[in-house]
Amino acid sequence: MALLEVEDLTVRFYTEDGVVKATNNLSYRIEAGEHFGVVGESGAGKSVSSLAIMRLIEDPGVIESGEIRFKGQNLLELSAEEMRTIRGNEIAMIFQDAETALNPAYTVGEQIAEAVRHHMDLDDAAARDRAIEMLDSVGIPDAAERYSDYPHQFSGGMQQRAVIAMALSCDPDLIIADEPTTALDVTIEAQILELLEEVSETFDTAIQLITHDLGVVAEFCDRVMVMYAGHPVEIAAVDDLYYNPQHPYTVGLMSSIPRIGDTRDRLQTIPGRMPDLIENPPGCNFHPRCPYAEDVCARREPPLVNVETGDPADPINSDSQSAACLEHTGDLLEGLDYQVTVRGTDESTGDAASTDGGVSDE
Amino acid sequence: MSLQRFVLKRGLLTIPLLLGVTLFTFGMVHAIPGDPIDFITLFAELDAETEAEIRAQYGLDKPVYIQYIDWVLNAAQGDFGKSIVTRRPVATEILNRLPYTLLMGSMAFAIAIITAIPSGIVAAYYRNTTVDQISRVFALIGVALPNFWLGLILILVFASWLNLFPVLPPTDRGLLSQDMIIYTLLPAITIGTGSTALLMRLMRSSMVEELDKDYVRTARAKGLPERTVVQKHVLRNSLISVVTVAAIQIAFIISGSVVVEIVFSYPGIGRLLVDRVGNRDFPVIQALVLIIGVAVILANLLADVLYAYLDPRIRY
Repeated sequence: MALLEVEDLTVRFYTEDGVVKATNNLSYRIEAGEHFGVVGESGAGKSVSSLAIMRLIEDPGVIESGEIRFKGQNLLELSAEEMRTIRGNEIAMIFQDAETALNPAYTVGEQIAEAVRHHMDLDDAAARDRAIEMLDSVGIPDAAERYSDYPHQFSGGMQQRAVIAMALSCDPDLIIADEPTTALDVTIEAQILELLEEVSETFDTAIQLITHDLGVVAEFCDRVMVMYAGHPVEIAAVDDLYYNPQHPYTVGLMSSIPRIGDTRDRLQTIPGRMPDLIENPPGCNFHPRCPYAEDVCARREPPLVNVETGDPADPINSDSQSAACLEHTGDLLEGLDYQVTVRGTDESTGDAASTDGGVSDE
Repeated sequence: MSLQRFVLKRGLLTIPLLLGVTLFTFGMVHAIPGDPIDFITLFAELDAETEAEIRAQYGLDKPVYIQYIDWVLNAAQGDFGKSIVTRRPVATEILNRLPYTLLMGSMAFAIAIITAIPSGIVAAYYRNTTVDQISRVFALIGVALPNFWLGLILILVFASWLNLFPVLPPTDRGLLSQDMIIYTLLPAITIGTGSTALLMRLMRSSMVEELDKDYVRTARAKGLPERTVVQKHVLRNSLISVVTVAAIQIAFIISGSVVVEIVFSYPGIGRLLVDRVGNRDFPVIQALVLIIGVAVILANLLADVLYAYLDPRIRY
């Protein structure tokens, strides 16, 4: 049994404009101590899926179906009160924008200590000590003095550290980090990722990292799920995903990363934009933007399948790479025609090697 | 900057403001056409000698700036001179009336706060439901009703028809007697209604805005009970804008008392002011306008201090 098993999670938002299908039949699992990446463009359903785990989806959003099993217990069946004993305690969350995630009217220390008091049954003084210890462990200098500072007296990087300290404060087994470094500049981003790496190793905490940055995923994650328009399109171990991407969208994402030594004048972009989640295109969601799309792609919705066998994927019980593209069910006539080159190592997989750098399609 | 330093700094800033108020009050009264001598003597024909004597007695023979300085220095010691109408010390006259207005004002303010804040919170938390709609209708009515009209209707319904309240103030019973407090309820409600409506809507909109902020989600993600999330995190931030306006309502309550005291024949400073304006009783008018001005300045000072207390970003 994995730490977290999400099975067939479907979340819908009933808005005035129509029903937004935010996530559809999402299944994945996270093992204890594992770093699991969730990648996709804005609006792909990444944040919704993480808020669903915390059961913090707000009106007009509804978790329509599926199970979220944490340590074997379906979180969706818990009472509101039982769920509160899990939130912040066993599953904690780090939000994207630390500045707005902190309450401006209370000191940073108090905001950490209140969670500690609530979950760990400590008195004020002990909770304060614990909060200072946490601030110290995330690298805030003079933590005891900084305890009484207000959020606006912290820099952006320190605010993010404080939010991480808050998430760590009750020793959670799983941290959901929703774009924890997006609002930060690159040097701070590297420090924060290092910090997350360090704390997850020290406390054996599993991390679900939500990001749109494949570079961050490559550095940080063990396994990755790529999401597109509310659907998982590829789930793979991080090496497989980079060396041997099996979905055209993954390929498109990778070729849009700038690289050192890149000789291209312009970054490659994926043409078009993600469909709105109210009216998805027929067939494969990605086909209007896919360079390999064929007639069949507009008619048949590709199931998520094991790329080796073509059998329906089982992301909860199996580690094998799976993707949702008709190529893997044998329905494409022309097939996918791209090459993957890995620079800087001798290792390369894919259809052929080229000297061009990065992922390119021809 | 600590809160103490902020209060000190803000407090010092009120000094020039107070001086400005005295200057304005004095200047305003002296800019009104009509010679006070005529009112003192009830328009009697005077010979030059008697007139000079009376002028000297009231200090009206001195240059205007000397009159001003004398007035400010005396006022600072609580001496506002003698009333032209009653010849009694102005301070005594005002002190006889002021407690009544303070009682009515504080009751009005308390009514406004006690009803506006909780109902605003409820309307915000259950926004766009029937509860919210009902509160919206009440707020609209409350803002739209004129004081004097509402006062008259309350007297008609509750005092005259239902006999629940006396029609005239039981002034012989003492300020804090039960009868007086009951009598004060109607004028207090009359004055407080507008403020209640305003503060309730403000509380609602401020809270709705705060409820959507990210830190609320953070607080929920910590597993805090919904009660703590709202009472501790959302409420404090929502109150920041409400407190400022609430303190300024003190000024509206004071100015509202002028009209309402007349409607209810209430023995406060508002009615005193209107009576004496008709009689050109300059010492009393000056003193009352000054007191009201100072009250408004202090209310604003209070608002700023509360603001700084609630929002640490202000004081740093």
